[in-house]
Amino acid sequence: MTHEFVTNLVWFIPLPPVIAFALIVLFTNKSKVLSHTVAISAAFLSWLGAMIVFWNAIKVEHFAEEPFASSINWLPTGDTWLKIGVLIDPLSATVLFFVAWTVLMIFLYSVGYHNFGQPAGDHDHAGLPPHGATVTDDLGHKHTVLSIEPMYSRFFAFISLFAFGMLTLVVSDNILTLFVGWEIMGLCSYLLIGFWYGKESARNAAIKAFMTTRIGDVFMLLGIAFLYSVTGTLSFREIFTEEILHTLASVPSGVFGLSAAGLIGLLLFIGTVGKSAQFPLHVWLPDAMEGPTPVSAMIHAATMVSAGVYAVIRMFPIISLDEKTMTVVAFIGAFTALFAATIAVAQNDIKRVLAYSTISQLGFMIAALGIHAYVAAVFHLVTHAFFKALLFLGSGSVIHGMEHGVLHTGNHKVDPQDMFNMGGLRKKMPITFWTFLIGGFALSGFPIVTAGFWSKDEILADAFGHGHTLIFATLAFAAFLTAFYTMRQITLTFLGEPRTQEAEHAHETPWTMTAPLVVLSFFAVTYGWVGIPEHFPLLGGLVPNWFHEFVGSTLAEHPEAVEFSPWPLITSLVVALGGLGLGWLVYRNVNSPAEDKLQFSLLKNKYYFDEIYDVIFVKPAYWLAENVIYKFMDQGVIDGILHAFGPTTGGIGSAIRNYFDVPFINQFIGDGSADATYWIGKNLRPIQTGRIQQYLILSLILLFVVGGLVYYILTLA
Amino acid sequence: MDFLNSHLLSLILFLPTVAAVLMLFLPSEEAKLHRWFAFAASLVPFGLTLYLWNVFDPNRTGFQFQEQYQWYEAINSTFHIGVDGISITMVLLTTLLTPLAILASFNISDKVKAYFMLFLFLETGMLGVFMALDLLIFFVFWEIGLVPMYFLINQWGSANRNYASLKFMIYTMAGSLGLLLAVQMLGVLFGTYDLVALYERWNSLDPGSILLGMPVHTVKSIAFWAFVIAFAIKVPVWPFHTWLPDAHTEAPTAGSMILAGVLLKLGAYGFIRLVLPFYPLEAKIFAGALAFLAVAAIVFGAFSSYAQTDFKRLVAYSSVNHMGFVMLGIAAAGLASGTKDAHIAMSGAVLQMFNHGLSAAGMFFLVGVIYERTHTRNLNDFGGLFPLVPVYGGILIFTSMASLGLPGLNGFVSEFMVVRGAYPVLTIYTAISMLGLLFTGAYILKGIKSVLHGPLNEHWAHGEHKLTEINTREILVMLPLMVLILVIGVWPAWILDVINKAVMALF
Repeated sequence: MTHEFVTNLVWFIPLPPVIAFALIVLFTNKSKVLSHTVAISAAFLSWLGAMIVFWNAIKVEHFAEEPFASSINWLPTGDTWLKIGVLIDPLSATVLFFVAWTVLMIFLYSVGYHNFGQPAGDHDHAGLPPHGATVTDDLGHKHTVLSIEPMYSRFFAFISLFAFGMLTLVVSDNILTLFVGWEIMGLCSYLLIGFWYGKESARNAAIKAFMTTRIGDVFMLLGIAFLYSVTGTLSFREIFTEEILHTLASVPSGVFGLSAAGLIGLLLFIGTVGKSAQFPLHVWLPDAMEGPTPVSAMIHAATMVSAGVYAVIRMFPIISLDEKTMTVVAFIGAFTALFAATIAVAQNDIKRVLAYSTISQLGFMIAALGIHAYVAAVFHLVTHAFFKALLFLGSGSVIHGMEHGVLHTGNHKVDPQDMFNMGGLRKKMPITFWTFLIGGFALSGFPIVTAGFWSKDEILADAFGHGHTLIFATLAFAAFLTAFYTMRQITLTFLGEPRTQEAEHAHETPWTMTAPLVVLSFFAVTYGWVGIPEHFPLLGGLVPNWFHEFVGSTLAEHPEAVEFSPWPLITSLVVALGGLGLGWLVYRNVNSPAEDKLQFSLLKNKYYFDEIYDVIFVKPAYWLAENVIYKFMDQGVIDGILHAFGPTTGGIGSAIRNYFDVPFINQFIGDGSADATYWIGKNLRPIQTGRIQQYLILSLILLFVVGGLVYYILTLA
Repeated sequence: MDFLNSHLLSLILFLPTVAAVLMLFLPSEEAKLHRWFAFAASLVPFGLTLYLWNVFDPNRTGFQFQEQYQWYEAINSTFHIGVDGISITMVLLTTLLTPLAILASFNISDKVKAYFMLFLFLETGMLGVFMALDLLIFFVFWEIGLVPMYFLINQWGSANRNYASLKFMIYTMAGSLGLLLAVQMLGVLFGTYDLVALYERWNSLDPGSILLGMPVHTVKSIAFWAFVIAFAIKVPVWPFHTWLPDAHTEAPTAGSMILAGVLLKLGAYGFIRLVLPFYPLEAKIFAGALAFLAVAAIVFGAFSSYAQTDFKRLVAYSSVNHMGFVMLGIAAAGLASGTKDAHIAMSGAVLQMFNHGLSAAGMFFLVGVIYERTHTRNLNDFGGLFPLVPVYGGILIFTSMASLGLPGLNGFVSEFMVVRGAYPVLTIYTAISMLGLLFTGAYILKGIKSVLHGPLNEHWAHGEHKLTEINTREILVMLPLMVLILVIGVWPAWILDVINKAVMALF
C-alpha cells in the first residue's frame, strides 16, 4: 500500500462510528439488533483501518520523518488559513493501536452487559437500570431473570459518538481538532455517566464530571489561544520546529516568570488535570462509576482519561521547554499517584477501587512526563489501557454475575457492587476470575510475565536514573499500595468462600462478555515484551526494545534509554510481590467491613474533598449567582435605578402640574382671564340701560375724551 | 432578470411590507389562510436572499447591489442601500429566521391577521437597518423595528406583558435619543447622511480643529458614547441588559425567537457598521471600557442565568452571556485595528452574531414548545420528561450543546475566534471571560437536568396533563436551525470566508 493511500485512509478512521451514531439516532433506534449491528460494524471498520495504518506505520523506515500526514484549509483567519488535518506518527500510531482494540472489545462486551437476548423487564423504565423480568419455564415455575436495557439502542449511539471523539483526537495533526475530539468525549461522558438519568446520583455525577473537566477545558482553551497567537499555527508539525520552539522558550509570558512555552504548557496541563482526573480535579472520576460498566471502561481506560495524558505527551516538546512547568507536572503526578492509592485501599465498591486506581496510575504517567521520561509514560499509557480496560470489564462481569444472584434470591437490598458481599467467585465465574487475576497482576506489576511490570519498572528506573529521588520514593510507595489494594480486591472478590446467598448463586457471563476479557488479557501480558530494556538481566536483548526505538523517534531528539541499575528493579520486585503478598495475608480471613483494619473514615470519605469543594465552591457559586448577581445587582440595583426613573419622571410631571400648570397657567392665566372678563362685564352691566339719550351722552363724552387724547398726542408729537 | 438584479435589495426589503398590506384584504376570519399566506410571503425574501448570496462576490471590496433614490432632498438624505460581507450575513439570518418564526406561530389563534402583519412589518424594519447606507435611513428603520415588536409583546405576550413591553420600548427609545442627536450633528456638519461619504470626511477632520465650539476630540468622544449607549442597550451590554429577560420572557414564542435571533444583532451591527468606522480612535481609547462591559455581560449573564427557575428566563439570560462575546470581539477589534488579531476577533464576533441567532432562536422555540403543552415555565415543575418526549429531548440537548459552545457545533468556532483574537490584546479580560464560559456549562446543564432528567414524571405522563411529543411542524422549524448549527460547526469556511474578506477590507 502506498504512503498516500494510507494517509488518505487515516481521514476515514474516525468516520464509521459517527455515521453509526447518526444512523442509530435517526433510523435504527427502534431495532436493538440493527443498532448494535451498526455500531459494532462501525467499530470494526475503524479497527480495521487502524490496524492497516498501524502495520504500515511500523514497516516504514524513518517513519518519524515521513509520517502519514495531510491537511486542508479550514478556517479563514485574515489573509491566512487555519489548517486542520490528520497525522499518524509513531506516537499516534501506538495510541491508535490500543484505542482501536479496546474500543472494539468494549463494543462487543456491551451487547452482553446490556442483556441482549433477555426479555424486556416487568417494570423497567427508560432512565433506570433494568430490574429483571419474570419468566415461566416449561414446568410452570416462575423465575426472575436479567432483563434487557430499555435504552439499548441509545447506549450504542452514545458509545459510537464517544469512539468518534477519541479517534478524532488521536488522528488530529493539530491541537484544535484534538480539542474538538476532547470535548465531544466530554459530552459523551456526560451523557453516558448520566445514562440512567432517573437516578439522582447519576444525574449529579454527570454534571460533576462535565463541570469539573470543563474547569480544565477553559484553561486549555486559553492555552490554545495563547499558543496560536504566539506561533500563528496550531499544527503539531509546524509548532515542533526548532525555530518556533525557540521563540516559545525565549518569549516571556509575564506570569510567574514563566516563558511563553511554560505558561502555555501549564494551561494545557490544567486541561489534562481535569480530563485525566489529577489532583485537585480528581473528584469527578469516582462518581463517574454511576454509568454502566462498559462506560467506565471506555472513560477510565481506553479513551477519555488516556486522552488527557495523550495531550500532554503530544505537547511534550513545548511543556518540556520550561523546567518550572515540568516540576509542577511531576509534583502533581507523583502526589496524585500516592494520594489516590491511599483512598483505593479503603473502598469497598469494586468499581470505585478501580476508579481510584486509575487516578493513581495516571499520576504515574504524568509524573513520568514531568521527569522527562517520555517513552516510559507512553509505555505505561498503553499497558495501562489494556489491563485497566480488562479490569473494568472484569468487574462489570462480576457485578453482572452478582446481579444474577440477586435476582435469584430476590433480595434487592444486597449491593452487587460491594466486595464484602462477594467471595469465592473463582469457582462460579472461572473465566472472569482468571482474566481478572491477569489484569490485577499487571496492575500490580507482577514481575516478568505482565505488561504492567515492564512499564512501571521503566518509570521507576527513569526516576531513579535521573536522580529524582523524591519522585522515585513516592511512586515506589504508591506502587506498593497498588499491589496491596489489588490483592485485597482479588481476595475479597474471588477467593475464600461465598459470603452471601447472592454470591453463591452468581453465574458466569455470556461469551460476548468473556471473549473481550480473554483478548484484553492477552495484551495485558504480551504488550510488555515489546519494550524490554536492552540491558535487563537475562532477558535484555533477546527481543529488541522496539517500543523505545519506535515511540522515542517521535521526538526530534531521540531520548536515551536510562542506564540499567539494579536498585529500581529490586524495588519493583519488592513492592509488587510484597504488596500482593501482604494483601493476601491481611484479607484472606476478613469477612466484613468491621474486620477490615484499614477502613479509616478519612480514607473512606476520600479526604472529604467532595464536602470541602461543596462548601467552598459549589454552594457559594450558587449563592452568589442567585442572591448577589441576580437578585441584588440585576433586580435590586439596576432595575431599582430604572424603576426610579418612572416615579421621578412622574414626580417632575406632577410638580410641574401642581406648582406651575394648575396655579399659574390654569388658575392665574386661564381662569384668571375668564374671571377678569366676567368681572368687567358684570360691572359694566349697570350702564346697559337701553335708553337712547343716555347712550348719546356717553358717546358724546367718549368723543370728547378720545378727541382730547388725539389732540394731546398730536400736539406733543 | 435585469430588473431583479438591479432591485434585488429593495425587493427583499419591501416584499414583506407589500405582503402585509395585501393581507389587509384577506377575509379576517380565515386564520389558516393568513398563516399560510404570511409563511409563503416570508419565503420569497428568503429565496431572493439565497440568490443574493449566490451572486454576491466576496472578493470585491465595498458595498454591492447598491441602490440610491432621492428621498429627503432638503437635508440631502438619500434612500441608499447596499450590502457587504457583514450585512449580507445578517440579511440571511433575518430572512431565514422570519419564515421559521412564522411557522412557529401557527398555533396563534387570537387576532391572527394583525399578528402576521406585524411580523412582516418587523422583517422590513430589521432588514432596513442591515441594508441602510444612509444614517437617516438607518435611524428610521431602527425605530420602525421597535413598533411591531412592542405590539407583539404587548398583545400576544404572557402575564406581565404590559410592564415588559413598556420597558422594552422606553429603554430602546431612551437610547435612540442620543443616537438621533449624534446623527443630526453629523448631518449638519457635513451636509450629507451618506455613510460612504461620511466614513471619509469624518475621519479626515483635522484633530486639532474646533467643532461646535469644542475640540474635535471632545465632540467625537461625546458622539461616540451617544452611539455606544444606543447600541449597548440593544445588544444588550451589561448594565443595560435588564429589559431583555423581561421582554424575552413575556414575548410570544416567535417574538422571542426574533428578538434574540435578530433584534439583538441590530445593536452589535451598529457597533460594527457605525461605531468602529466612525470612531477608530475613540474605539481604541475606550476599548478597555467596552471590554469590561463585555466581560461583565459574559460573567454576570452566566451567573444570572444559573440563578433562574424560569426556563425562559434562563435562556434569556444566556443571550446576555453570548452577546458578551460579540462585544468582546468588537472591543478587541477596535483596540487592535489593522492587525490580524482584529480580523480574527471581528470575524469571530460577526459569526457569533449569526450563530447566536440560530441557537437562541432554537432554544426559545423549544421552551415555547414545552410551555404550550404544560402552561408552565417553572423548572421545578419539570424533570423526568425525557422518557415521555425522547425526540424533543434529543433536539433540546443538541441545541443546548450548540448554545454551550460544544466543539463540533457552530458556537465553538466563533467563541474560539473571539478568544483567539482578544487574547493577545485584552489578555486579562479574556481570561476572566473564561469564568463565564465555565458557568455557561453550569446553566445549560442545569436546564437539561431540570427539564429532562430525573425519574419518569408521573404528573405529565397520564390523563389530561399527558405531554405529547414534538410534532412535525415543530420539527420542521428546528430542522434548518440544527442543520446550520452542525454545518457551521464542521465546515465554517463557506460563511466565514465572506465575513472575513469584508472584515479585512474594513478594519
